[in-house]
Amino acid sequence: MGMEAGSRPQGESSMHAHAANPYLAHHFDTPQQQFESGKLAMWIFLATEVLLFSGLFCAYAVYRANHPEIFVWGHKYLDVTLGGINTVILICSSLTMAWGVRAAQLGRKRLLVTCLSLTLLGGAGFLGIKYVEYKHKWHDGLLWAGQYNPRHGDTESGHSPAEALLAGTPATQPAGAMQSAGMTPRGEGQPAGHAAGTIEPALRPFTASPAAPTVRPEAAAGQAPPTAHSESLKAERSMLPMAAVGPPGLRVSEQTGTYQLAAEQAPRQLWIFFSIYFLMTGLHALHVIGGLGAISWILVRSAQGQFGPMYYTPVDLVGLYWHLVDVIWIFLFPLLYLIH
Amino acid sequence: MGERSQILPHEHGPQVQRLEDNYLTHTRGLSSWLFTLDHKRIGVLYMVSVLASFLLGGVLALLIRTELLTPRQTIMSADMYNVMFTLHGAVMIFLFIIPGIPGSLGNFVLPMMLGAKDVAFPRLNLASYYMWVAGAIFVLASIIGGGVDTGWTFYTPYSTTTNTAVIPVVFGAFLLGFSSIFTGINFIVSIHKLRAPGMNWFRMPLMLWGLYATAIIQVLATPVLGITLLLLIAERALHVGIFTPAYGGDPVLYQHFFWFYSHPAVYIMIVPAMGIISEVIPVFSRKHIFGYKAIAYSSIAIAVISFLVWGHHMFVSGQSPMANAIFSFMTFAVAIPSAVKVFNWTATMYKGSISLATPMCYALGFLFLFAIGGLTGLFLGALATDIHLTDTYFVVAHFHYVMFGGTVMAFIAGIHYWWPKITGRMYNDRLGQLGALLVFIGFNATFFVQFLAGTKGMPRRYFNYPSEYTFHNVFSTLGSYMLGAAFLLVAAYLLYSLVRGKPAPANPWGGASLEWKTPSPPPPENFDHEPVAGDPYDYTYQEYDPAVGGYVDKDQVKRVS
Repeated sequence: MGMEAGSRPQGESSMHAHAANPYLAHHFDTPQQQFESGKLAMWIFLATEVLLFSGLFCAYAVYRANHPEIFVWGHKYLDVTLGGINTVILICSSLTMAWGVRAAQLGRKRLLVTCLSLTLLGGAGFLGIKYVEYKHKWHDGLLWAGQYNPRHGDTESGHSPAEALLAGTPATQPAGAMQSAGMTPRGEGQPAGHAAGTIEPALRPFTASPAAPTVRPEAAAGQAPPTAHSESLKAERSMLPMAAVGPPGLRVSEQTGTYQLAAEQAPRQLWIFFSIYFLMTGLHALHVIGGLGAISWILVRSAQGQFGPMYYTPVDLVGLYWHLVDVIWIFLFPLLYLIH
Repeated sequence: MGERSQILPHEHGPQVQRLEDNYLTHTRGLSSWLFTLDHKRIGVLYMVSVLASFLLGGVLALLIRTELLTPRQTIMSADMYNVMFTLHGAVMIFLFIIPGIPGSLGNFVLPMMLGAKDVAFPRLNLASYYMWVAGAIFVLASIIGGGVDTGWTFYTPYSTTTNTAVIPVVFGAFLLGFSSIFTGINFIVSIHKLRAPGMNWFRMPLMLWGLYATAIIQVLATPVLGITLLLLIAERALHVGIFTPAYGGDPVLYQHFFWFYSHPAVYIMIVPAMGIISEVIPVFSRKHIFGYKAIAYSSIAIAVISFLVWGHHMFVSGQSPMANAIFSFMTFAVAIPSAVKVFNWTATMYKGSISLATPMCYALGFLFLFAIGGLTGLFLGALATDIHLTDTYFVVAHFHYVMFGGTVMAFIAGIHYWWPKITGRMYNDRLGQLGALLVFIGFNATFFVQFLAGTKGMPRRYFNYPSEYTFHNVFSTLGSYMLGAAFLLVAAYLLYSLVRGKPAPANPWGGASLEWKTPSPPPPENFDHEPVAGDPYDYTYQEYDPAVGGYVDKDQVKRVS
């Protein structure tokens, strides 16, 4: 950069440099210039990555501002322990990555291979734990809007602590706490046998008939009595701005009076939280997978001994990318798991 | 291309020498083109591809205009009409005009203007081209799948409910965004790191400032489009609910996301065009550019302010009056740097020795049409008039004056300006001037009348119209036929020049930037000797040499090899 004339080194050094370094591309004059170009490009690329995520952060901000109660409720379903472990794993893998870059600069091949392998292991471990978390959510039906279908404790899984927490009732509370907390209203006021149950998987707004929402007959009816906990929540909610109201098709049971009770226990449209959760962590997981691919690539190259003090650009650039993936998670973790 | 190289007499020194071994003939065979890492060949690949897209989009436009020849159905059904205008918009925007100038002319001239051997990342450059190809395949796949009827903006909630093939075309646009980002990264790094000795930031040709500002927008705006389109795909495929009101989602949020990219994208289209104009006007006025720094900084100013005006697409969406007022103000603000450029170009011509060669004819057309396009933009940026003009043909006319009258005119000016450098051949300048005149008349006939129709309230995107608008539509359609015929003429003499054109000298127009200091077509690594940059707008040391058919340095002795 800089305002001084030209950005390219002048002189005869170029010929020399090309002869000495097989990795120097023909259109660069010196390895230094090539390295700086690569680094600048990587930083610009990282800026585009931040902007890619910024759309999701923006969506998060908009929906959290409009529906704070959804986020307060929703985050209780996330496992802070697993999320915390994952955070530690990623931070450690960033450390081994940075160590690996140093090893490449020093030309210490064995250390480099070890560090990259550990980084790879960390990334894989992160994905493994993420898989466990996703599997739980999948099992509980706590998915994005179109697949949102919360099941409750008396099926295979038993009550999860989060469920009990959400319902404001002991974990032994019979089935139904979940729906009454969350989605039941759609079933209220239907003929017996159709009384409250889990909602139909997808609230596909343009295909399902809004006048007659289908419910699962096998699900037991359940309306948790108002508890002290829900009363306190009511008070809390009253201080929050009103949530946006969905179209009439989703308010079938409003006339029955039971709707109010359920709505006070858990906010409507809880699926918004899970939509955003899956979009943000899913896109991040894709980036972790991409990062693992890139690390594998430089791991193979470093095992072949291609890197050393003269040439370590790929290690440096992949390292930068990996740190970004880490940093994004460090924002995601508190925004999704640690809401108060 | 490629077979014809010959050696001209050497008595005029290295500047007029035609090289046996130039970038077109250096290697041969299809794979030497498809896997080339040479920025010049990638530029040519891009040019052929984007011009093919221009042809496709143009044919769609003519079909749309033909349908509007009568107030009722003419040649297609209403549904087909919706598909047609959507594809016209999507093809022209995503396949042609956004990648157009940076991908083709930018790729070709940027390293040469810098005095470099290539862009910083040749493989990334090729990847950008193939990303474009992949995106184009997806867009074409959607055409085969019955097309899309959402309009090129893919507004929710309609785009999440229509049963046309939205996902392929949206995914195609996503890939095209990557192509654009790759080009942008390449250009920024090249300009920072590969400038020739002697070239500081203020000795760069203004084309480079234009491409630099464009690259900044490409890099900063396109990722937002990427996530928006991914969300749209997720919305359609998985029903994530972010943009769907029935799930508590907000369709207007989509508009915010979309225009946060797509308004800056308008400047991705126009800023490199302004760069071309900044090259053509001084060369053909034989006069130093007026207000170099003002033009350079105004490119950057446009890039910055362009991010703060997206809300003016949403004045009637129900956003707050305060937001409307701020976005209206910013819209007026972004007009200022554009006006700075127009005044500087005009001042450059003042008392110049103007030659009306073909590139200059298009550049003059640009000045006239861009001024109209820009000023009518202010009608739309003003809140009160915008209410009346929203979604009328006034909007259609406005953006065609900017995009076609601005960008396309400049693109064609640039093609004519660098054609001798790219192909090594001269085209017929008389036919070129005639083509420019016909394009200019045809363009105005097509679009000026749409301002009138729009002011009278004719809505855009309608298949039928009341018979009161028959005159406007018939006039516009006839104009579009003239425009189409004019482009056939342009294509014909350009293609003819490839076969029979006179060999081009190194510097046919008397340009002073570095790409004119190497033979036409250039050698594979652009320069035989590392060039030293001087003032790119200082024409005083050149003179026309009739024996060469181009300009040569008055003092050539220094340059003999």
